[in-house]
Amino acid sequence: MQSKLEHDFGTPESHAKESVTLNIDGMTVTVPAGTSIMRAASGAGVQVPKLCATDSVDPYGSCRLCLVEVEGRRGYPASCTTPCENGLNVRTQSPKLAELRKGVMELYISDHPLDCLTCATNGNCELQDMAGTVGLREVRYGYEGLNHTKSQKDESNPYFTYDPSKCIVCSRCVRACEEVQGTFALTIEGRGFDSRVSAGMGESFMDSECVSCGACVQACPTATLSEKSIIQMGQPDHSVTTTCAYCGVGCSFRAEMQGNRVVRMVPWKDGKANHGHSCVKGRFAWGYATHPDRVTKPMVRDKISDPWKEVSFDEAIQFASDKFKSIQAQHGRDSIGGITSSRCTNEEVYVMQKLVRAVFQNNNVDTCARVCHSPTGFGLKATLGESAGTQDFDSVMDSDVIIVIGANPTDGHPVFASQMKKRLRQGAKLIVIDPRSTDLVRSAHIEAQHHLKLRPGTNVAILNALGHVIATEGLVKEDYIASRCDVESFEKWRNFVSRENNSPEAL
Amino acid sequence: MTRVYVPRDSAALSVGADHVAAAITREAAQRGASIELVRNGSRGMLWLETLIEVETPHGRVAYGPVNPEDVASLFDADFLSGATHALSHGLTEEIPYLAKQERLTFARVGITDPLSLSDYLAHDGYKGLKNTLAMAPADVVQQVTDSGLRGRGGAAFPTGIKWKTVLGAQSDQKYIVCNADEGDSGTFADRMIMEDDPFVLIEGMTIAGVAVGATQGYIYLRSEYPYAFDVLNQAIAIAEQAQYLGENIQGSGKTFHLEVRLGAGAYICGEETALLESLEGKRGIVRFKPPIPALKGLFGLPTIVNNTISFASVPIIMDKGGAFYKNFGMGRSRGTLPFQLAGNLKQGGLVEKAFGLTLRELVEDFGGGSASGRPIRAVQVGGPLGAYVPPEQFDTPLDYESYVGISAMVGHGGIVAFDDTVDMAKMARYAMEFCAIESCGKCTPCRVGSTRGVEVVDKIIADDNRAANIELLRSLCDTMLNGSLCAMGGMAPFPVLSALNHFPEDFGIQKKELAA
Repeated sequence: MQSKLEHDFGTPESHAKESVTLNIDGMTVTVPAGTSIMRAASGAGVQVPKLCATDSVDPYGSCRLCLVEVEGRRGYPASCTTPCENGLNVRTQSPKLAELRKGVMELYISDHPLDCLTCATNGNCELQDMAGTVGLREVRYGYEGLNHTKSQKDESNPYFTYDPSKCIVCSRCVRACEEVQGTFALTIEGRGFDSRVSAGMGESFMDSECVSCGACVQACPTATLSEKSIIQMGQPDHSVTTTCAYCGVGCSFRAEMQGNRVVRMVPWKDGKANHGHSCVKGRFAWGYATHPDRVTKPMVRDKISDPWKEVSFDEAIQFASDKFKSIQAQHGRDSIGGITSSRCTNEEVYVMQKLVRAVFQNNNVDTCARVCHSPTGFGLKATLGESAGTQDFDSVMDSDVIIVIGANPTDGHPVFASQMKKRLRQGAKLIVIDPRSTDLVRSAHIEAQHHLKLRPGTNVAILNALGHVIATEGLVKEDYIASRCDVESFEKWRNFVSRENNSPEAL
Repeated sequence: MTRVYVPRDSAALSVGADHVAAAITREAAQRGASIELVRNGSRGMLWLETLIEVETPHGRVAYGPVNPEDVASLFDADFLSGATHALSHGLTEEIPYLAKQERLTFARVGITDPLSLSDYLAHDGYKGLKNTLAMAPADVVQQVTDSGLRGRGGAAFPTGIKWKTVLGAQSDQKYIVCNADEGDSGTFADRMIMEDDPFVLIEGMTIAGVAVGATQGYIYLRSEYPYAFDVLNQAIAIAEQAQYLGENIQGSGKTFHLEVRLGAGAYICGEETALLESLEGKRGIVRFKPPIPALKGLFGLPTIVNNTISFASVPIIMDKGGAFYKNFGMGRSRGTLPFQLAGNLKQGGLVEKAFGLTLRELVEDFGGGSASGRPIRAVQVGGPLGAYVPPEQFDTPLDYESYVGISAMVGHGGIVAFDDTVDMAKMARYAMEFCAIESCGKCTPCRVGSTRGVEVVDKIIADDNRAANIELLRSLCDTMLNGSLCAMGGMAPFPVLSALNHFPEDFGIQKKELAA
């Protein structure tokens, strides 16, 4: 179930530089080449009815609700799969289209439980919306025909439920699992009327390869895949945008709320780091928000052996401020400082250093990332002038060869790993340098061209050996080095790595 | 030494050709007769199978249908010198069924030993490829375009235009894919080509590869054709051995590799995009178009997907020229089509004729009327998704456009006849049931619609709210026809509506009610 609060253009954005101009329902619309008629219409404020299309995955053309008329063309092409072309004259509404859409909806509803009022997605169901949009008023087939309405639910996953009786076989979940997450856990089992979503070969979701990233649940237009929290609590009334603190990817989320209570966490489409994708942690592991162990009221104590005493915020802040001041008075200005967690957002870290510098009046501030990232930070600062990464995640989509060394992103930073895997499926080459056979070395539709299974602790030696080959086999791009590098420093490095004891053979 | 021909085509094998061959060998040995037994393809006169032939100075003399127990009497009658016998049909070439045909694509079928490359070469084989190798690719494509050849799988898309698109596509790798997933009920032309003249298919695909710059071809063969699988694989090995396949074909510097891949039994994998999915190792479901396979086909690369008969028609076009081929046929339907006569007919078999003949000629002249002796009431043309044609329309010329004009289709040329005992409401139900069983399940009109179609026809048959359900059936057919993703759901309404429109009485209504 998507969020009603976010606009769905139906098909992904085209990044083509050329643009095309066409006419949709009498309006002149200009869009990047490769844009679907559906998306172009949506951008122009015309929502073509749809069920199988959603802008997080490629068009599929299966629901047949988005049929349109294109002047001079035979039949009724699906607007999700038909790219815009210069000069097209498109009609998204006509009596014939209305009849066809109603005919398709009637077929859907002839195999769907009629329990809308007690359904978990009541109020946020695309199937319900479309039935309303096309004006379905009766199902002439009746409800006694072959159907799936008695299908058993799969409630094995702790976070969501799969109810095949509500499945409309749009494959949005299957495609999200493939295209967005890259796990390929889901498929359609059976053919024809028997087609149904399946997590692997007749396995339950829990026993399957599903990693509970939630992309399928988000993609589902009906109640087939529903968050258990929504089933339990109902639909949200508002949402708050926030950043997930579980890892350094920094996924943006919308916390969907009822009053002050979170009912679900949904990755935000506009999030620059995650583009609407999530992993199990941010998506489902938010029980801490209301966990009884969580400290929600300020408490103070003088000594570690004293019991905690609940106080007001004013008292607590006053208490801390007094103590800091007295330490500084007694031991000097530099006697206190602050350290932030690497899980804090940039904004939180900023505020912390501001406190330390402006209030503590010293520079004793650091982050726990110092422990692991100090060498990389130093190296980056020294070579590139900036101690943070110089690339954003999206730049991986421009990479033809990717080296992963000392990292296991599918486990550590799953949302970025999904994006990288997408690029790998597009044909980028992968080299993994790691003692472990991580998922990236070989998983569904991914295989590293090379896996250097080095001994732990030999990363530097491997990199020097790579440098050795580059430096001694004439692979250095001299003009690039000349224009970008400090000649003396580079020569120092070249001389060092060129030594025979840095050669791959010597390792 | 007398040459005796006993077919190895599976239609002949199914009625005991192997036993006949064994009996002839045994009998000859006992009688000390010197014979050379050739296992040829079938002549396509299936009611005469096992049809054996004896080579005589006047030509090949036919005997059939021969059962093993007839063999002794054939020897007694001196059939080895072409003598008469109760089963004798005289010279094979003069049997009217065969004599009246225009065999271009099937020119060698039944005449040659399918696995003899020298036989193939002796009967004009590889002349088309030889010409092709001496021509510029664009000129080859032009010849195919000029021939007027259109896709013989049923969609009738101009083959030359498809080839031109692939030729013009820029790609390091292109593919040639033969759709040999011949799943239409009542069709067997692809099978006969593959079993009885495999080299013509190999040659046609090789020409395509050379013409558009594709170095790899695949034949996607339905798993229900085990003999074709064996014959094709043997023929490919022979062609490779003789440098008609592989690297540097006949010293030309051109490369073309060919492999046979077996399907897994899904009718929908005969639909070209589902076929490509299956060939890629995926679930056989239909892709949307565009992009067309000519630009984004197998593994997303430019691909020619043609039917077996389309490819098999190319060698003669490249041998005798596009104009020669175009000279046959009528209107925009040029050349010949191997029609396959099946169902309730006296003389079932393969009839290759130029477009423009009528169903009446096929059913009455060639087919000899119904096998049951009762009047023929309906003929389904073009496979299980083709319309049922009533006798009133038997004189419509068989060409693509004329058939579209009567809401029917020529398709792959399958002709299945029914006598007057047929219940057309049940046939309509069967069409929906077939669609329900074979639907890939991707699009809603086909996935759900076909199942509902069966139920609605059942209600009509049971006289449950008949008038309303007939209206609903028409409405459903409209949704499927206009809404389906591919031709499977889009054409299932043809047999249904043709049954309803031409035979309303079987649905419990009168013609005039229908008009009202």
